[in-house]
Amino acid sequence: MKRTLLATAILTTSLLAAHSHAADVPAGTQLADVQDIVRGGGSEPATLDPQKIEGTPGSLRARDLFEGLYNLDGDGNLVPGVATSYTANADNTLYTFTLRQDAKWSNGDPVTAHDFVYGFTRAVDPATASPYAWFIEIPSIVNASKIIASDADPSTLGVKALDDFTFQVSLERPVPYFVKMTAHQTMFPAPKNTIEKWGSDWTKADNIVSNGAYKMDEWIVNEKMVFSRNANYWNNDKTVINQVTFLPIESPNAELKRFQAGQMDLSYELPNDHFKQLKREIPEQVVITPHLGTYYYQFNLTKAPYNDVRVRKALSYAIDRNVIANFVTGTGELPAYSFTPEIVNGFDPATPDYATWTQKERNEKAQALLEEAGFTKSNPLSFKLLYNTNENHKKIAIAIASMWKKTLGVNVTLENQEWKTYIETKKHQQFDVARAGWIGDYNEASTMLDLLTSTHGNNDGKYSNPEYDRLLNEAKTMQNPAVNYNQAEEIAIEQDMAVAPIYQYTTKRLVKPYVGGYFPNPEDSIYTRDMYIIKH
Amino acid sequence: MLTFISKRILEAIPTLLVLITVSFFLMHSAPGSPFSGERTLPPEVLANINAKYHLDEPVINQFFYYLGGLLQGDLGPSFRYKDFTINELIAQSFPVSAEIGIWSFLVALTIGVGCGVIAALRQNSWIDYSVMGFANLGIVLPNFVLAPLCILVFSIYNQLLPPGGWNGGAWPYLVMPVIAMSTSYIAQIARITRGSMIETMHSNFIRTARAKGLPKHRIIFQHALRPAMLPVISYLGPAFVGIITGSVIVDVYFGTGGIGQHFINGALNRDYSMVMGVTILVGTLTILFNAIVDVLYALIDPKIRY
Repeated sequence: MKRTLLATAILTTSLLAAHSHAADVPAGTQLADVQDIVRGGGSEPATLDPQKIEGTPGSLRARDLFEGLYNLDGDGNLVPGVATSYTANADNTLYTFTLRQDAKWSNGDPVTAHDFVYGFTRAVDPATASPYAWFIEIPSIVNASKIIASDADPSTLGVKALDDFTFQVSLERPVPYFVKMTAHQTMFPAPKNTIEKWGSDWTKADNIVSNGAYKMDEWIVNEKMVFSRNANYWNNDKTVINQVTFLPIESPNAELKRFQAGQMDLSYELPNDHFKQLKREIPEQVVITPHLGTYYYQFNLTKAPYNDVRVRKALSYAIDRNVIANFVTGTGELPAYSFTPEIVNGFDPATPDYATWTQKERNEKAQALLEEAGFTKSNPLSFKLLYNTNENHKKIAIAIASMWKKTLGVNVTLENQEWKTYIETKKHQQFDVARAGWIGDYNEASTMLDLLTSTHGNNDGKYSNPEYDRLLNEAKTMQNPAVNYNQAEEIAIEQDMAVAPIYQYTTKRLVKPYVGGYFPNPEDSIYTRDMYIIKH
Repeated sequence: MLTFISKRILEAIPTLLVLITVSFFLMHSAPGSPFSGERTLPPEVLANINAKYHLDEPVINQFFYYLGGLLQGDLGPSFRYKDFTINELIAQSFPVSAEIGIWSFLVALTIGVGCGVIAALRQNSWIDYSVMGFANLGIVLPNFVLAPLCILVFSIYNQLLPPGGWNGGAWPYLVMPVIAMSTSYIAQIARITRGSMIETMHSNFIRTARAKGLPKHRIIFQHALRPAMLPVISYLGPAFVGIITGSVIVDVYFGTGGIGQHFINGALNRDYSMVMGVTILVGTLTILFNAIVDVLYALIDPKIRY
């Protein structure tokens, strides 16, 4: 216990000492006179209400408008936000955050612990109907699950304002990564008066009140969203960019044109088809960083022969991941042999055996396994490969289908479906093998590994292994769960090949050379307040 | 005429009702729901959301809720843009598309009729071929090719026009969307005008006019153009509705914020109320403009009386 307390004290002190989030302009940099930036915003966000946001385009904008207890820096480390420090009790179930007294909403009201209590509570309140309510459930905040299921009153949630600037959260079990989760918008504070006054209209440009580095000036759906400096932001002195405009553009090709014509400084993504050309013509503007996510193929374990591990292994081994990552996608992706991407914080997935073999060895094993499972040239395996309609998924599916055909003599029929239909098909296990991808919600291995537990809502292949479930359940309360995670990886991939990991995602953006301070972390949480425009 | 107009209005009500009913049930029969996503929501969370939007009730109840709202002019909340109602979204996006549309319509009409008339008067000459060749460019260059091409030429190679945005409809933002939007209509209008003009020029009353020695410009503008316009006008009614309700390509490429992309995205996102909203809008406009075309017919063609 003494050791835990000591560790907590050290952690708290080190967080206090950590630099605050703000633009870090290197000495000697000449800044441009006009500090306005135009960013690609992906598609139009479904909402700007932090407790209801569920997509990347929404979080991207919410990070500029709002601020939670902590932020994440370029390496994914914690940086104080509204909280200046925290302490945890001995068994890590009670977290007490000290809030800074100079944090203010854009209307000048102070940001208090009550705003956090209100934010956390409304996220789980059934009346809010937030699709991200489960995010409060994951760290097991007291009564969160009961409130979501309407079995308890929202006011019984394990969050408390001890005074205006002390916020306390009680968890039902220790969750080591809880503080990191506070950088997520679901756990941001919410302006009670504004929300109660305007109802669902509170996020409109004329009504919204925010506590981040920016406040909203204009929101024209599908055209633009314009934010300007929030003079009341506690770290406004260290913010450099005065105005940020988000252009909602769904088509990467359309976005590229706007970037090339000089209408945008930082894109949301870039079209894969143009990657090589852009890399050749403007290499310094193409910025690739690893992203916390894995692209994989899912097997339907409720159906023969995919319930046979030999078939799953044969199909997985026969995928030449180097060819996929280097030539088919070819935009800096890393081949994936484990389910958790390598960049995940606090866990270095051990290399599975099959990753160390040559592709020739993998192919030989694959052939032997498939033959053992009863599939030969005269009795070939035939199945449908499902993917959602998209050029990139199609290219990958064609490449992998031809690898399977060539190595194993397997006959694959490609089947593409429109997004929502594809989701329904997978959810009802009406597939053989399907394309899938997962981007982590927080930088910890369980964000990926939980997906393969038998009760997870996204375990569409219905993989189930009691030992795997036990390891992950145990990991939730462990101070150092890496041992369990490695065993879990070994069981799910090396032993059972529940899914076939293919590649690890990357974030690809076009960045004008005069944009400084762009350092995306694995979760791709970037903040405009860290950026600046260099004289050009 | 008044009886005719009131009859058309009365007829429109059951037509719209059928349209609303069919669209509503078709939309709800599509697989998935507005809230199905890659991430499966925990059942309790989904139950809360469904309850909020009445999606937990039988579709027939939802239909009557919808009709109830509609009678009060409420098109419902958007399932995709959760901070907005459909009324707000249409009020914001329709004027943008209408402005692009009206300009495109005027451009298409002027150039299309002009090309058609010139081609018809010089039938089978090099003028006919070159004018019609120009007009038909719009068919061989669909707007998903033309839009990026325009940006390449006018914004990237020569920085003459902004590559996208709307800015309240300032003219530099209007030029490329109008080009992309009007070209295919120019081709259609020119073809119809040419055909109809050729036919008219060969009719007996024109021959009579010629025999009487009327000057050519009088024959064309006073006698030929009016009857020749009848097929063009019947095309223009629905075409006008199509042109003012925008295009997904124009909206996506030029980021105008118009209503065009709501048609496609509404369906893809299973934004039931958005699909219903735009269907009702297009349905009403189509009925309205068809009625206007009928009235115009009566004004132009002395043989037609209601």
